[in-house]
Amino acid sequence: MGFWESIEATFTALRTAQEAIPFHIQMLHDFYQSFVEGDRWLLYLKGLGTTFQITIAALILGVILGILVAVVRTSHDQQRVGRRNPVLGFFNVICKIYTTVIRGTPMMVQLLIMYFVIFAGTRNTLGVAMLTFGINSGAYVAEIIRGGIMSVDPGQMEAGRSLGLSYVPVMKEIVIPQAIKNILPALGNELITLFKETSIVTVIGLVDLTKVAIQIQARTYQALMPFFGIALVYLVVVMVLTWLLGIFERRLRQSDKR
Amino acid sequence: MISVEHLSKSFGDHLVLDDISETIQEGEKVVIIGPSGSGKSTFLRCLNLLETPTKGTITFEGTPITDPKTNIDLIRRQMGMVFQHFNLFPNMTIRKNITLAPVRTKLMSQAEADDTATALLKRVGLEEKADSYPAQLSGGQKQRIAIVRALAMKPKVMLFDEPTSALDPEMVGEVLEVMKQLADEGMTMVVVTHEMGFAREVGSRVLFMDGGRILEQNDPHAFFANPKEPRTIEFLSKVL
Repeated sequence: MGFWESIEATFTALRTAQEAIPFHIQMLHDFYQSFVEGDRWLLYLKGLGTTFQITIAALILGVILGILVAVVRTSHDQQRVGRRNPVLGFFNVICKIYTTVIRGTPMMVQLLIMYFVIFAGTRNTLGVAMLTFGINSGAYVAEIIRGGIMSVDPGQMEAGRSLGLSYVPVMKEIVIPQAIKNILPALGNELITLFKETSIVTVIGLVDLTKVAIQIQARTYQALMPFFGIALVYLVVVMVLTWLLGIFERRLRQSDKR
Repeated sequence: MISVEHLSKSFGDHLVLDDISETIQEGEKVVIIGPSGSGKSTFLRCLNLLETPTKGTITFEGTPITDPKTNIDLIRRQMGMVFQHFNLFPNMTIRKNITLAPVRTKLMSQAEADDTATALLKRVGLEEKADSYPAQLSGGQKQRIAIVRALAMKPKVMLFDEPTSALDPEMVGEVLEVMKQLADEGMTMVVVTHEMGFAREVGSRVLFMDGGRILEQNDPHAFFANPKEPRTIEFLSKVL
């Protein structure tokens, strides 16, 4: 008889005899039902996989959208007075509406609208989740990048332009590399927020890490172990991400050494 | 070389430059002085269109640079500029700071630009700093590098916007020394400064600005010895 079988046997025997169950036996029993029985830990792993898939896809889409929007917004704002480009002005308005609407409505409402209205009847729930989170994240990333670019001393742009370089190379060689240093901590926060926020995909029935815990609770009537378990998983992933971002930031700060 | 006609500049309702006309000849060392808020920096920044004039025209060697059809980048390559706050690129080594523009504008190959940088750095006594980053330098060193960076483009004129105002007093001398050297070599210079000693010694002409106008100008010795306008006399009595 293995370890878990003996625990379960003890637990059942004590309960049948209506005796008090020692704390550690109770806990081990809960743990067994929540994670071990029927290889349930595999379900958590699969759920975490879905959570990662949504996070990574949304991050990539969000950064691409964010850069596009930030470039449109900053290059529009940095045009010389009286020489504004109407096409850029048009896109600037579109970008403004996008960031306003996305940042002004709750993520869950956006998800419900996307799934039950815009893509009503679709079977690709995962795709909708990725798209929605990507679009949502893009609005925040755009503002982070725009803020980062604007936080670079305007003298840098002036110095670059005064040397006869045109707007694009100055942006690419001088402003953006400095902006990235300012952007990275905020972007790291955005990634962490995004990762944790994905737990609301449960409302459209997607089985992510959180949904797995809910399902197991329904099956086993165990709440403590599944929910503390996934909380720990989220926490560990966030700590690893924070650590990785720290390393990355330190490497970018090379030129600040004195 | 540079001719300015009826130049006006306003920020919103605030008129900063009020109908200025002025000509700068090749080889001149024009020093612009005046109280803060008098428009001297704005005037200088209009010369390479870092500020867009509200009215008037500026012509550089026959090219009307205020014409929207003129490619301003091509003009700026011939006009070096040095800023009060140096504005070195902190994400690059000193060598890269100097060689970036000549290489990116295809004025020089990387090898030529590196040689130019080394030669120029030697001239200002900073050749051992080529691989340092700006954050590792003192203010005076940064400003000398900023001058070198502008010179690497082989400009025909150098614009200085209060180049010593952000420096510790003990570092002012080393920067003025480089500027003096440059003047001796015949570079055309337009300098906005509060260094009256420099104006007197190096300037070939002093312009006094106040309220967005050039109130008075003269050769330095006559200017400092016999200021004519009451406003000039008042200003000089405060700064000298």
